[in-house]
Amino acid sequence: MTGGLPRRRLLGLAGAGVALAGAGAAVGALTTDRPLEVANTAGLASAVPFHGEHQAGITTAAQDRMHFVAFDVKTTKREELVALLKEWTEAAVRMTNGQEAAEGGAVGGSLEAPPEDTGEALDLPASALTITIGFGPSLFDGRFGLADQRPPALIDLPHFPADDLDPKRSGGDLCVQACANDPQVAVHAIRNLARIGFGRVSVRWSQLGFGRTSSTTQAQATPRNMFGFKDGTRNVKAEETDTLRDHVWVSKEDGPDWLVGGTYLVARRIRMHIEIWDRTSLREQEEIVGRKKGTGAPLGQLAEFDEPDLHVKGNGGEPVIGVDAHIRLASHETLNGAKILRRGYNFTDGSDGLGHLDAGLFFIGFNRDSRTHFVPMQQALSTRDKMMEYVEHTGSGHFAVPPGVKEGGYWGDTLFR
Amino acid sequence: MFTTTFARSTLVVAASLSVLAACGGGSTTAAGGDGGPIAVEAGDTACKVARTSVNTGNVTFEVTNKGSKVTEFYLYAEGDRILGEVENIGPGLTRRLIVEVTDAGKLQTACKPGMVGDGIRADFTVTGEGRKSVDTNQKLADATKEYQRYVNSQADSLLAKTTEFVDAVKANKVEDAKALFPVARTYWERIEPVAESFGDLDPKIDGREEVIAEGQEFTGFHRLEKDLWTTGLVADSPTVADGLLTNVKEIVDKAKTVELTPLQLANGAKELLDEVATGKITGEEDRYSHTDLWDFRANVDGSQAAVAALRPVIQEKDAALLATLDTNFKALDDLLEKQRKGDGFKLYTELTDPEIKDLAAAVDALGEPISKVAEAVAK
Repeated sequence: MTGGLPRRRLLGLAGAGVALAGAGAAVGALTTDRPLEVANTAGLASAVPFHGEHQAGITTAAQDRMHFVAFDVKTTKREELVALLKEWTEAAVRMTNGQEAAEGGAVGGSLEAPPEDTGEALDLPASALTITIGFGPSLFDGRFGLADQRPPALIDLPHFPADDLDPKRSGGDLCVQACANDPQVAVHAIRNLARIGFGRVSVRWSQLGFGRTSSTTQAQATPRNMFGFKDGTRNVKAEETDTLRDHVWVSKEDGPDWLVGGTYLVARRIRMHIEIWDRTSLREQEEIVGRKKGTGAPLGQLAEFDEPDLHVKGNGGEPVIGVDAHIRLASHETLNGAKILRRGYNFTDGSDGLGHLDAGLFFIGFNRDSRTHFVPMQQALSTRDKMMEYVEHTGSGHFAVPPGVKEGGYWGDTLFR
Repeated sequence: MFTTTFARSTLVVAASLSVLAACGGGSTTAAGGDGGPIAVEAGDTACKVARTSVNTGNVTFEVTNKGSKVTEFYLYAEGDRILGEVENIGPGLTRRLIVEVTDAGKLQTACKPGMVGDGIRADFTVTGEGRKSVDTNQKLADATKEYQRYVNSQADSLLAKTTEFVDAVKANKVEDAKALFPVARTYWERIEPVAESFGDLDPKIDGREEVIAEGQEFTGFHRLEKDLWTTGLVADSPTVADGLLTNVKEIVDKAKTVELTPLQLANGAKELLDEVATGKITGEEDRYSHTDLWDFRANVDGSQAAVAALRPVIQEKDAALLATLDTNFKALDDLLEKQRKGDGFKLYTELTDPEIKDLAAAVDALGEPISKVAEAVAK
């Protein structure tokens, strides 16, 4: 395998144990192109398997960093699109393995040619990189003969009250979510996929996230969002396979067939007016969220993972978790049992020119049917959530996420076969 | 020793179980300030409260339904004023109620099997130091009265000017209506936090187009603003104008009867500046007429009026804060007055970027100390 050296330099690793584990696997990589390391939750630096029943990057333990991108497809030829998806898959397999985007890589090719890999991830470990693809509603408009394959649940999202969506941060024919424990590795992945796609796709918008705002496994601690509150305490976790089956994965009965084992991704760029929030009293902040800021305990309870009790009332018979509190409106108890796997990230995109940080939460949610899950939840939040005074939805996207890729397959092969 | 160790490890197991069983209704053992949680056994015919006398502070009840009917548990102050309740406790379930009891007194507990009737009552005694109510302070009482007078006067003017505006729209006097639009809104914007507290009226009167929920109609000031400045008055403009007046009348009546607490006053002063920072400084509020600076001025006026009413209290509790407020209000006033033009203000679109940036910075400078008024008032 020419130029197939693993991107990662073993000496760059911190722990000797990790280096040893890497060394054993690196030999494998040189000879059989197997993953350097296989791990789902362990090790911030290790590799996450690309192939499987479902795409990685959904129930994978939420990594710390994200680069999300939406593309417009520029080619009008179906075969060119399919060829691109194959090339992308190949590059994604390599990069999630901790290898360079293509053979030859950043420095192994001709001196007269631009390098195959952009190079900024040389010396960096796989960093649990996952790359996840989704297909937007507009991909099914007829250009590629997919009109009758559009899943009924892949709706154009309705307008929610107080939406202030920027078309330049919304929509897209395709999306790619790259998550990793090193921001440079996530950006490297998107950059190289975009480069491979020039001429066939063009970047419509992209978003960086610098810190996870949810946990997707029970072993992970709950992180905090830019309001300073623990976020995602009641998130759907990887271990809850029944909940995933019922609320996240598209089943055979749901259809269409090509999407079985897949899911739907909703992305929302939620700008937070953090300066205003910071001038709000602690009591009001806690009442808006419905949790204590320190412990994360639901109001009226003692510890973070105590169940919120929506039937407790305080002084004057007023509900302790208010009727307009965020966690009440977003709870499955008030949403017909609907649960969403959340995988959002904090962002700060510089400032807004008025002396305020352009900061917030890039919401990513995965659900089995956005019509019964995300839409009712967002409708409840947009109309009644007291938190809406402090947030503004400025970007939006809805994508069907195909099932996982089998060895030798490619992204979307169930759709394009 | 053995028993102690054993008990501790059981606690640890129980705690970690509740962490894992995120969906299983796990409960962590309470460490209440007054001897720990009070167990309540709620049966179909009995209501056994393990302790019936506590000190002031946080009181935690762990209510277990030992009966066959869905039950509720209440803690009542005198006159059956609810201090806390937990509803909908199914048979066999245990639920928690934490109540902050600030004053000593004779309370009552009640279980309500079947969730009906007066329930099974028992006396519950609270002893210890009480906390004096802030309402007793005469200065605070004066402050709320003075602000109430301000709200009343603004509400009267709001009704008068909205009536003129509506009349002009209905008479198809477009230029008159355009001139009256920012004037009528001035009185609205001065008392906006009070008006906003009446939930569904606010979006009908002041909702911006994108804020309207699907299936809801776009009405009120901003709908007429759009008509006047973009499309010209249309067939149903008079109907929208009538609706606006009806809603404004209703809100004026309500605003005059609302009873405000000093804390609400303090928070209102802050919310008015929040309005400026998120809506007016960005030119989003009056996107068709660009009369945002009228609203800006009015929000600042309203904030100033609330601070003025609270002035003696702030002076007493935190004189340095008052000095900062005065300085920063003046700085913002000076910047705003520079943008005067004729009877009113320059349009938002006539402002340069540095001017907008300076105004935003002045609002932030004032917003920080304003956010500390509530704490000073509550001291």
